[in-house]
Order: sequence, then C-alpha cells, then structure tokens
Amino acid sequence: MTAPLLQLSSVTKSFGAVRALKGVSFDLQAGEVHALLGENGAGKSTLIKIITGAHQPDGGEIAINGARVEKLSPASTHKLGIACIYQQPALFPDLTVAENIGLRLERAKNFSRVNWNSRREQAQKLLQRIGAEISPEAEVRSLSMPEQQLVEIACALGAGARIVIMDEPTASLTQKETHLLFAVVRELRKSGVGVIYISHRLEEIFQLADRVTVLRDGESVGTRIVKSLNRLTVESSSDSTIQQFNDSTTLTESDLIKMMVGREVSQIYPPSESAPSEIVLALKNLSCAAGGVKKVSLEIRAGEILGMAGLVGAGRTELARILFGITPADSGEIFLNGAQIKIHSPQDAVANGIAYVPEDRRRHGVILELPIAQNMTMAIHKRIFPGTWLRFGAEKQLALEFIRDLGVKTSGPDAPGNSLSGGNQQKVSLARWLATKPKILILDEPTQGVDVGAKSEIHKIIRALAKDGLAVLMISSDLPEILGMSDRIAVMRGGTIAAMLPGKSDAHEVMAAALGQKGAGE
Amino acid sequence: MKKYFRELSVAFALAILLLALAVFAPSFYQPQPLLSLATHEAPTLVVACGMALVIICRQIDISVGSMFAVCSVCAGLLATMHWPLALVITASVFIGAMMGAFNGALIAGLGLPSIVVTLATMVTWREGLRWLRQGEFVNLPDGTQWFGLSQTGGQWTLVIVALAILISLALAMKKLSIGRFVYAVGSDAEAARLAGIRPRLTTFFVFVFIGALVGLAAMMNAVQSPQVDPQSGTGLELKVIAAVVVGGVAISGGRGNLWGVFAGLLLLACVSPALTHLHVEAYWEKAIQGAIILLAVVADGLRSRKQRN
Repeated sequence: MTAPLLQLSSVTKSFGAVRALKGVSFDLQAGEVHALLGENGAGKSTLIKIITGAHQPDGGEIAINGARVEKLSPASTHKLGIACIYQQPALFPDLTVAENIGLRLERAKNFSRVNWNSRREQAQKLLQRIGAEISPEAEVRSLSMPEQQLVEIACALGAGARIVIMDEPTASLTQKETHLLFAVVRELRKSGVGVIYISHRLEEIFQLADRVTVLRDGESVGTRIVKSLNRLTVESSSDSTIQQFNDSTTLTESDLIKMMVGREVSQIYPPSESAPSEIVLALKNLSCAAGGVKKVSLEIRAGEILGMAGLVGAGRTELARILFGITPADSGEIFLNGAQIKIHSPQDAVANGIAYVPEDRRRHGVILELPIAQNMTMAIHKRIFPGTWLRFGAEKQLALEFIRDLGVKTSGPDAPGNSLSGGNQQKVSLARWLATKPKILILDEPTQGVDVGAKSEIHKIIRALAKDGLAVLMISSDLPEILGMSDRIAVMRGGTIAAMLPGKSDAHEVMAAALGQKGAGE
Repeated sequence: MKKYFRELSVAFALAILLLALAVFAPSFYQPQPLLSLATHEAPTLVVACGMALVIICRQIDISVGSMFAVCSVCAGLLATMHWPLALVITASVFIGAMMGAFNGALIAGLGLPSIVVTLATMVTWREGLRWLRQGEFVNLPDGTQWFGLSQTGGQWTLVIVALAILISLALAMKKLSIGRFVYAVGSDAEAARLAGIRPRLTTFFVFVFIGALVGLAAMMNAVQSPQVDPQSGTGLELKVIAAVVVGGVAISGGRGNLWGVFAGLLLLACVSPALTHLHVEAYWEKAIQGAIILLAVVADGLRSRKQRN
C-alpha cells in the first residue's frame, strides 16, 4: 500500500483556553473523496486551516506523501500541491477568468511581460479538463457561483494540486449546479487527486464520499467507509485504491448523526423554575427574501425559553434581525400580546419591548471604546435622561446595579469595554438590553467564546429572567446548551422552521431535524 | 490621567514651546500681537470644532474651505444690500448649514464615502464661485468691519465667540445624548444601530453642524477686513484637519475631545510666530508643522498597535 497523500497524526491546536483540536488523526489517499463531518464548532475549520497552513498546530505530525512536513505556511502548501476551494470563491471579480488563473499560476517577476496568448490557452485547457464551458475572456463578476467554483478548481488543477479541499461547496448551489460540480469532483478523483469534502448535507456524503470522518468537540469520533450502491455502480471499476478498504457494516445517516452528537453532558444546567403563561409574541408566515427566511410561524410565551437550533446559515440570526427591525420582513404578520405590530427599525422593536443581544459581541454588542456605564445606558437615553442633560449620577447608579446583579468582573463603571473578558462583555451587552425592560429577549449565541465559569453564570441569569416572566428566544449552536436550557426547541433549516420539539428532546432528534434527515421532526 | 494621556501630551508640548519662548524670546508676549494672533485663529478654531465632531463620527469633510469662501462672498453681498448685520450672520450660518446638509444627504442618505463627496463639493463650490464672481472682491459697507466696534473690541468679540463655542461644544459632547451618539457611531456604526441609535441621522447632523459652523467662521473672518476675498478659506481644510489630528482625535473615529483639538490648534498656530521671535527662518514653518502632524500620527499608530496586541 502506498503512503497516503496526507497524514495527520494527533494534531492539537488551542486558541487561548479553548482547545479547538484535541489530537485529531486523519488521512487522505490518492483518488479518494474523504468527507469531513461535524457540528458547528467541532473543529473542521481549524483542521482545514492547519492543512492549508493558515494556522500552526501546537502538537502532532503532518506528513505529505509519506514525508514528514515540519512547518506548513500558505506559500508552502501551495508548492506541496494543496488547494482549498471555499464556499465564497476568492477570485478577483473585475479580472477575466484567464487573468485570474494566470495570477494564481504564473510565478513571474513583477516587471516581466505577460504573454496573453499562452495565458488564454492555459486557461482554456484547464477549463476543458474539468469540462467547464466558461470563456477565458469572461469577467469573473459575470459568472455564477458554481462557475466561479469551477474556475477555482481549474486554478487548483493548474497548480498541480494533489490535495483539494472543498469547504461546503454546494451551500449556495442549485441541484443542477450541484450535479455538475459532483461530476467534476468525480473527474478529479479519477485522475488521482485526493479530495477533502466538507458538507452538512448527509445525502451528498453518501453520493460522493468514499470515507467519512466525524469530528466532535475537537476530537475525531471515527472514520467510516461509506457504502453507496449508487456510487459503486458508477465508479467502482476505476478506483483501485478504494477496493482496499473493506467495509463490514452499512453506514446510515442515522449512524452519522449519532456520531456527531453522542457526547456526555459535561455541564449541569440550572433547572427550569418558570411556568410559561400567555403567548407574548406570535409570528405568522414571516418571510424576508433578503435574509433567506421563509414562512416562519411560531409562538413564544411569557416565562418561556424557546431554544432555536440549526446549522450556521439556517436563517436563525436572520430571523432575529427581522424581529429586531434590522432587515424588516417582506411579508407575514407579527403579533404582540395578540395585537398585530409592524417592526421597521430597531427603534420600533425597542418601543415594542423587544431586545436583541447580537452574536459577535466584540463587533456589535459592546462599543469597545466606550466605558461600561455608557454602554449600558446606550439604548435607554430617552428614559434615563428625560431632560436636556445627561445625568451621570443616575447612569452610574444603574451601571453599579447591573454590575452587581449580573456579576460583571470589572474595576468599575468607567472601565472601557475593551478591558473586559468575553463573558463580562456579554454581560454588559445583556445589561444594555435588560435596561430597556423588554418583554421579549432575543439572545444570539449568548455563550459563544465564553469560558466555562462565565457560561454557567450566564445560564443562571437567563433562567432568572425567564422566571421573572420574560419571553426568551435563545439562538445557539451549542447543542447541549439548547437541550439543557430550552422549554421548547425550534429547529431551523433552509430559512424555515423544520421542527418544533419539546425541551426534553434528545440530541439525535434535534440534529436529525437540523440536517434534514428524512422522517425527522414530525 | 491615563485616559487623557494623548491630550495632555499635546498640552505639554505646547507648554514647553510657550516656556521656551518666555525664556529665549520674551518679545513674543506682547498683548497686541498676541490678540491679533488669537483673532486670526478664531475662525479656524470654530471650524476645527466642527471637524472634530465629523472625524469622531468617522467621517471627514474636506469641503470646508470652499464652503467658507461661498459663505464669505454671500454674506458680503448681503451686507452690501444693507441687510442688518445680525441677519447677515444668520444667513451665512444658514447657507453653510445648507451646504453641509447637501454633503450629509449624499453621505448619510446614499451611504457614499465622505472623502469623495466632499472632494467633489469642494471643487464644485470653489469653481462655481469663481465662475459666478470672476474672482471679484466684495467691498463691505461701513460699519461691517469689526461689527462696527473698535478694532480691539472686535478682536476681543471674535476671540470670546470662538472660545464660547469651544466650551459649549466640549460640554455638549460630554453632557448631551447626541454627543455620546457621535462617539458611538464613530466607534462602531453597526453596534450603535443595534443599540437603537440612528447612525445615518447622526452622520447627517454632524455635516449640517460643521456647515453651520463654517458659515459662522466665514463671518468671523469677513469682518476682519474691509473686503471679502473670494479666495478666502483656501487650504483651510488642511489646517483644520491637522489641528484635529494633532489634538488626538482618532482618524478612525470614536476617540478624542475638543480640548485636545484646542491644544493642537494652538500648537500649530504658535509655530510661525515662535520662529519669527526665535529668529529662525520662516521657511521652516510648514516643515515643522508637518513634522508635528507626522509625530502625532505615528504616536497614534504605535498606540493602536499596542492596544491590539
């Protein structure tokens, strides 16, 4: 047996206190499509970034074609024949296809002459090789998303790539375009290229992949051989390498989901003490084309925590942005306490008692240059400062109360936002919105990137808020958090509610609905 | 203390310069030339206050010089039509505010980059004025110069008006909601929007405001001479932006205050007379001012690098 194209052995990587990879081993053979599967945050992106040289591993070994590689950098991976095709192609939109390919492949000096004819010919040849009908003269801007991906693949081939990584290539493609792309991937495999294929769509993995590795919490749960009749009938004759793997069991979608979610509950969640009462907010067929949200209907009761699960890109944040008036809905109805309301701007939302603690608090939650106290009163200027002048005394009072109630660890209300840790910034962001005395609180990834201690404090705060009668809509990609905190769970997929599950559901059900497994979520 | 380190270091540099002058060139400290210097800088200070707001809001307005010229000429023409002086001043402020509103509408309304919009209006106003007036000076009627006061009285009035505007704006930025919103929008417009602030309205407001201040400053300049020069205000934008940057306002928005701008303006303004009194050749003036600006920018750059790490 020949040495694998790529071999990772017990690779580890930490970002501060977060251990993104805890010793992952992975290998890729020539002429195989190896799928990589895992929840949001399981460590897929980190693994890819290590392979492409964007991140340096803390430990472990990497070997390419059996030879150990000491240090990978984006420049050296290029030479080693590793290419990555991202969901959003990284091409220059104002240049032509031939220019883009030329820029990527030509190792010319800054002032050497460009040979336009050979550039065009080279581009033509590469595009033909993958069966793409794209003119080398076309401006990249005018190409569709899949055409741009094909150009990326042509670049990769032209660079002599032996290892091609595809990161959710089909996320924005139609079915027809997906088929075209699959045909190209099969061509690549036939020519001996190894493809690492990342996708959340299980059916694609069964259509395309030879093997699949499942990551969970930065660890490899296992690698399985995908047995697909469909694929074997089409491809079996040409793939000699694949025949070496013998599969004993038949892998099913259900098996994969089990591998993705089957973790022990390592954290204790505060018990629910609230009794959901009357319906506060009801949505009927809410849609927004710009945000990709389609016909969402749901209800939230006072004192209830409605968990919102789903994969990244399922439309959860977009729904929150509709409710907060950032991207208002095109159609559908919103009812607050039974009365229909319109929300066109964040001001409307605040006036109606809706508060939104956004994800990515470093960018949008806390204004880092401003002191904590100013951040906390940002949304309530009209109420706390009824006169002309700001009242620093009242502001300080309010800030001190929130610092005490939420347990913000800081030197005082005058400390700037950027002096705080992530968890404490999140508390400040939360305080700003609690200060508006909302009836409905939308939390978007409330504990993302927060250390364990602060996380459990935030969970306690959320529980206490629900007990006080607040309706909480909690968007989270952290499945145990959804399961541990929610009274009910709404699972979104493809911009709409795929399933409504009780709070006591198990991880398998939620993940099946989020991935769109047939028969799930009814 | 640490929070205002940047402003204090400018004030410190200014103090050193003034001290050096006191020791080596006490002739600098004569009441009348100092008052003339202050009078000369008063309109610049008013515009610099407006520019500070614009830059804190993460925008820039390079059309101030042209707006200044348009306001000056319009005000001069109205004065020759024997409008009462108070009305002429009001009109000048109004015309400035309208031009500012035009900039603001394009920048905040259409989301265009402020540097391009104000570059276009800078050229348009200036060349439009040249075309309409053919470079003709406007002779002001009697009783307009120095507001009809004595020269010293007029000079003191201008200095006091400029200081009053500085103080009230510095207070407003600290004590009014709008002041805080300007900082918030300049720091992170999206975060401000999510907090229920209207970033576009805030941006529009600062452009209208700087326009109005330019209108006032144009009047403050026009009354200093018997004629209105249609070329007045040329290069004003550079002078003002330099003062704001030296004064510690971050060009990336969200940081700085008007006291720093005041110190920055004084520092740059004192270079020229200081050279004269220290018997250094006046050719060095621009080079030294340039070096001060460079120093300020480098200091800010180093500091933000340190903060990031």
